[in-house]
Amino acid sequence: MAAASTAIELKDVSLSFGSNEILTGIGMSVEPGEFVCVIGASGSGKTTLLRMIAGLLPPTSGQVLLHGRPVRAPTRKVAVVFQDYGRALLPWRRAYANVSLPLEASGMPSRDRPKRIRELLAKVGLAGHENKFPGQLSGGMQQRLQIARSLAQEPDTLLMDEPFGALDAMTRQTLQDEVLRLVAERRTTVFFVTHDIEEALYLGDRVVALDSNPGRIAYDIKVPLPRPRDQLTTREHPEFLRLRREMFEIMNRIHA
Amino acid sequence: MTDALAKSWRGWLFPLAVLAASEIWFLFNPILSDTLAPPSRIVLGAVDIVTDGTFLRTTYQTLFAAAAGLLIGMIAGTAGGVLIGLMRTADRLSSWSVEMLRPIPSVALIPLSLLTFGYGYRMEYAVVAWATFWPFLILTQHALKQIDVRLIEVSKLMGFGIFSRIFKIMLPAAAPRLFTALRLAVGLSLVVSVTVEIAANPQGLGYGLMVAQESLRPDRMFALLIWVGILGWAINYFLVRIEGRLFAHRTPGLMADA
Repeated sequence: MAAASTAIELKDVSLSFGSNEILTGIGMSVEPGEFVCVIGASGSGKTTLLRMIAGLLPPTSGQVLLHGRPVRAPTRKVAVVFQDYGRALLPWRRAYANVSLPLEASGMPSRDRPKRIRELLAKVGLAGHENKFPGQLSGGMQQRLQIARSLAQEPDTLLMDEPFGALDAMTRQTLQDEVLRLVAERRTTVFFVTHDIEEALYLGDRVVALDSNPGRIAYDIKVPLPRPRDQLTTREHPEFLRLRREMFEIMNRIHA
Repeated sequence: MTDALAKSWRGWLFPLAVLAASEIWFLFNPILSDTLAPPSRIVLGAVDIVTDGTFLRTTYQTLFAAAAGLLIGMIAGTAGGVLIGLMRTADRLSSWSVEMLRPIPSVALIPLSLLTFGYGYRMEYAVVAWATFWPFLILTQHALKQIDVRLIEVSKLMGFGIFSRIFKIMLPAAAPRLFTALRLAVGLSLVVSVTVEIAANPQGLGYGLMVAQESLRPDRMFALLIWVGILGWAINYFLVRIEGRLFAHRTPGLMADA
């Protein structure tokens, strides 16, 4: 079956809460290793879509498939990075103990954990902060910590829900590049939700735009920009500028 | 708040004035009272209860009974609270029983406990356990309901089973509120154990108070009474300190970088 190789497949997915239609007729597929960005105004159901892929929310109708299998519950192969790192991290656990959480869940023997935790923290630039509590870290560092924790799951698919939405512009750019580097290393499939057109174009192989009320796919375009991407040259690339303008006009038309 | 109270000397003005006034009053009205004693006599009474061993023995008896009863109430109440906090069926099945049983004043169980266990520690554990069971039950249930849904989602996404979810995520997340329940129950356990000793059980500080009163020794009675007050205050003071230490790191941005 051809579908088995598809990392994420949504087949005519709809979701309603009572008579309130949130998402309707969503159909899309994401190939393994692909970086897909989903943009849309708030209320367009993009986070809801992510939650359905994560297995936190069943669709009212249609099917969500991961590698050809219907999603019934969350699995370790899919990791989620939430926007609100302050709520997603365990405030009573130090940085290393937060990263340890997925290792404990997967039953890794405790003597093997310290090495793995050190590697992961170093990977996101948190070496030396092992013993700090989340409350002692800056917002950007907390989000790095959450990313390290998600990588500890060794996911083949990473779902990111506006992960940099609460960070300042400089931190956001640094973290964008780090995420690109990390997922390229591991060939991870990424489903990245954002409301920032430039961020979507900078990161994605593909950008999917959602229309609101009810949420549905308005537009699905490939981003043929060369990799590795660079904050200066990529953002000055003529194709980047053309796509930015095109996306901007589309989003304006959608929300007019 | 306790620290501020200890530091501000003004807080001591009123009680010291009352003590001085009563001493002076007794100086000019040298009556022998069955119910009152001047502060100087109470100090002598305190020396008296310390030297004859009453002080240590009764304090130990009361604290031991209160702590053991509290432990039983805590384990049973927390376990029950987790059960009704997490399982809707358990909550529905027990809601009527909880509503009917909870209003029974713990001291009303003294006769039943006396019939069942006789005099001694066991009847006291039982009444203290009953009294402290309820705050643990109710506050655990509420604490679990107030856990941020995001944390529950995180635990599901990590693939934790129900037991890991309870012990690694939910109970630690609820810990500050559970500690509040503990503080409440500790105070309650002291009140209830002293009450049981006054009403029925011939041991501990409560019984010491009764003996002093019945042997017409208001000096000893007041000395014990003041000691019970100090004990309650000190236990709460230390619990507040421990609470601050345990949960300080949870407040984001309040701790200086190490």
